[in-house]
Amino acid sequence: MSELGERIRQTIETEDVVLFMKGTPERVMCGNSSRALEALRSVGAPVTTVDVLPDPAIRTELSALSNWPTIPQVFVRGELVGGADIVQELAETGELRQKLEASLDEGWQDARAERIVELAPPRPLRLA
Amino acid sequence: MTVELEALLRSAFPDATELSVQDRTGGGDHFQVIVTSPAFSGLPLVDQHRLVYDALAAPLADGTIHELRIRTRGAQ
Repeated sequence: MSELGERIRQTIETEDVVLFMKGTPERVMCGNSSRALEALRSVGAPVTTVDVLPDPAIRTELSALSNWPTIPQVFVRGELVGGADIVQELAETGELRQKLEASLDEGWQDARAERIVELAPPRPLRLA
Repeated sequence: MTVELEALLRSAFPDATELSVQDRTGGGDHFQVIVTSPAFSGLPLVDQHRLVYDALAAPLADGTIHELRIRTRGAQ
């Protein structure tokens, strides 16, 4: 596995809740990423976000790892929960909260601060 | 394009009791897909959606589908 792939795998495995998205929570660049983020926020999930936009390779490596072709992707304790439609549906039915309750350590709702993990440095501007 | 996508889904889910493809924006590349099929019964949503992605792998890979919303249900 490439170094980038390895870092993606580590992030998925070590963070409680990971959202791979287009953009950042402050600057969401895609409607579906926004829907997934809002669904996670609605249940107070401790979200760690990864922006896939700085390097197209993040998305390629991630999809190869997860066997899921689109962005966003949400993982809880290393397991792919799904994309925006699934996370939104699970939030509405209450199953998302149940899943977090069952998967995470007690007190997960107190540690709800959002974190950002950067997997690739922004690419330098190339002046032609 | 909705007709082509519907045909792909129909052949992947011949037992579907509900199947529709809607062009969400009118631009021909943002779609809402709804499928109810016994093929989904008992599967977690993540695996249900994977079956839809598999059925639409070609138009997803070549960029025909820019954005896809999926709603699946197992048939009763």
